[in-house]
Amino acid sequence: MALLELREVKKGYRSPDGEFQPVLDVPRFSLEAREEVALAGTSGSGKTTLLNVIAGLLRPDSGEVLFDGKAINRLSEAKRDAWRAQNVGYVFQSFHLLGGYTALENVVLGMTFGPGPDRAYAQSLLELLELGHRLNHRPSQLSVGQQQRVALARALANRPRLVLADEPTGNLDPKHALEALQLLRGLCAEVGAALLVVSHDTRVLEAFSKKLDLSEVNLASYGAQTSGPTSGPTSGPTSGPISGPISGPTGGSA
Amino acid sequence: MKRLGVLFLIVLRSMRQHALSTAVTVLAAALASGLVMGVFTVADQSKRAFVFDDIGYDAVLGAKGSDLQLVLNTIFHLEMSPGNIPWSLYTDVAARREVRYAVPYALGDNLYGFRIIGTTAAIHTDFEFQSGKKFALAAGRWFDEGHREAVIGSIAAEELGLKVGDGFQPYHGLQYLPGSAPHADQYLVTGVMKPTNTPSDRVIWIPIEGIFRMEGHTIAKGTQEVTSDMVTPDDWKEVSAVMIKYKNPAAGLSMKAETLRGDQATLAWPIADVMAKFFSKIGWVTKVMTLNAYLVVVVAAFTLLAAVYNTMNERRREFAVLRALGAKRRTVFSVIVAEASAIALLGSLLGYLVYFAILVVAATIVREQTGVVLDLAAVHPALLWTPVGMVVVGALSGLLPAWKAYSTDVAGTLARV
Repeated sequence: MALLELREVKKGYRSPDGEFQPVLDVPRFSLEAREEVALAGTSGSGKTTLLNVIAGLLRPDSGEVLFDGKAINRLSEAKRDAWRAQNVGYVFQSFHLLGGYTALENVVLGMTFGPGPDRAYAQSLLELLELGHRLNHRPSQLSVGQQQRVALARALANRPRLVLADEPTGNLDPKHALEALQLLRGLCAEVGAALLVVSHDTRVLEAFSKKLDLSEVNLASYGAQTSGPTSGPTSGPTSGPISGPISGPTGGSA
Repeated sequence: MKRLGVLFLIVLRSMRQHALSTAVTVLAAALASGLVMGVFTVADQSKRAFVFDDIGYDAVLGAKGSDLQLVLNTIFHLEMSPGNIPWSLYTDVAARREVRYAVPYALGDNLYGFRIIGTTAAIHTDFEFQSGKKFALAAGRWFDEGHREAVIGSIAAEELGLKVGDGFQPYHGLQYLPGSAPHADQYLVTGVMKPTNTPSDRVIWIPIEGIFRMEGHTIAKGTQEVTSDMVTPDDWKEVSAVMIKYKNPAAGLSMKAETLRGDQATLAWPIADVMAKFFSKIGWVTKVMTLNAYLVVVVAAFTLLAAVYNTMNERRREFAVLRALGAKRRTVFSVIVAEASAIALLGSLLGYLVYFAILVVAATIVREQTGVVLDLAAVHPALLWTPVGMVVVGALSGLLPAWKAYSTDVAGTLARV
């Protein structure tokens, strides 16, 4: 059984003039435990909506989001919150660290709603990320690279089973981007988490052995893509290979 | 427990991040809380102090008129004297079997605003200002009734700077008129009284004959005036009031009936009832003060609401991040309510300082104006329910901003920032 499975998931919004705008239309997508997958998607392709639906922050209009075979979308909002706190780590493009808190407090805060705060573990994570000397610094006192590492520590602090990363290197220079990516993958491997990265950065995508074009996963994104899908939308239940600049085996999903 | 600690941290960090608005709001809550506690305590203490339940005498006999004016004039040394009564009324009362003691007061002079009362030696041999408590001297001796001598209350001595051996000349009237000339009579201070914490501490006591014979005072019968070489005939004398202690306080009832039937005098009895009636008449003052205090609480509540609400825009991202980390809607709601409550609680604690400041100022003014000492250590129930009420008001003020935090669109907010 896949760790995560999306079946016929659809999500849309009503525009101000009352017209329904579909944003997500995912016939099928799955992710195995400990698996690493990169999704290539540009602005407006519905990547953030997809991650928010997977994280339970948004409920799909239809379809099922299964985690360990359990339909997350059917849970009440409070139960989805609790499930997310226990199982999902979220890395944002702009980090979303809380400015009033120190690096250590940001990480501890991330644990509060899950298994509970554990300062010692939070500190060990930050030390592992070479931030031992910056524990009591606030985000504004940290470099961008350091902020990103705090964000990684916060996402992994609960030992989640699934880590979602939305343009995790979008705010970093090329050198720091690859370093951060290595750290993220290393931490996920360390805690045994599956990793789903959404990015439009080819260097990020190239680092993954399994990569999919979002337009093939999300049928609603076809046409919204600024660059367009590399091989057109697939109609089948599984994601197909991407041709063009992204190479390597995709493996398909389940 | 650890989670509670982290929630506490969230509240604390938010208060630190918005330190200025938090400080202003805490101050507003402190003023409101202190004012409410102060108004209730001062009102209660004043009533207790002025209605005295352990007063050492039962009644005051004075000129026909208002019993309240009589009480204010003779006990609190406020207001004007309602007039005089014949000396014979005093001697008649003093001779009655049911009377334990009767002390005459003759008023009409002052020393820089401090009243001079002419009386007899009974003021220190018999008179009890509170049950079982007689006037005592801190220094010197009591006046000799045949000489121009004076014993001074503790506050009067302190404020006038008079001590044993000093001399003074009284001024005519109950109030001092700057520029007026004093009487020619020179009085010698022979004693200073120990504090009694009553209005008597503001009084200068002299022999009653001194008032009768004060230069400028005229005691006469028909066209005949008292001369310096003659003893004042009793039927020429008048007194302002007679302080009466009965062997049985209920005896005042029959004497009151007598005075009501007559046209010469008024008997203020029981004194506590007269003052209670007075306080019920001026009860509206307390009500207005209380209303004002409550209005300040309402203003503080709105200040708190505005302060917390105004931080919501910048904190929307914080709440969206917390939600993304797994915080439930009710958690962020609780954080805001807890923060508003914490600000109110801090304000209430600081309010105790405001309360003590109000109490000290009020007690100083009351003491200086009346001699009555308010009990600063008295504990009014308002000291407990005001902080509790303030925290409840604070929590209620937090509901609206908490609802805003509760309704935060997580995905939308995170996408925008």
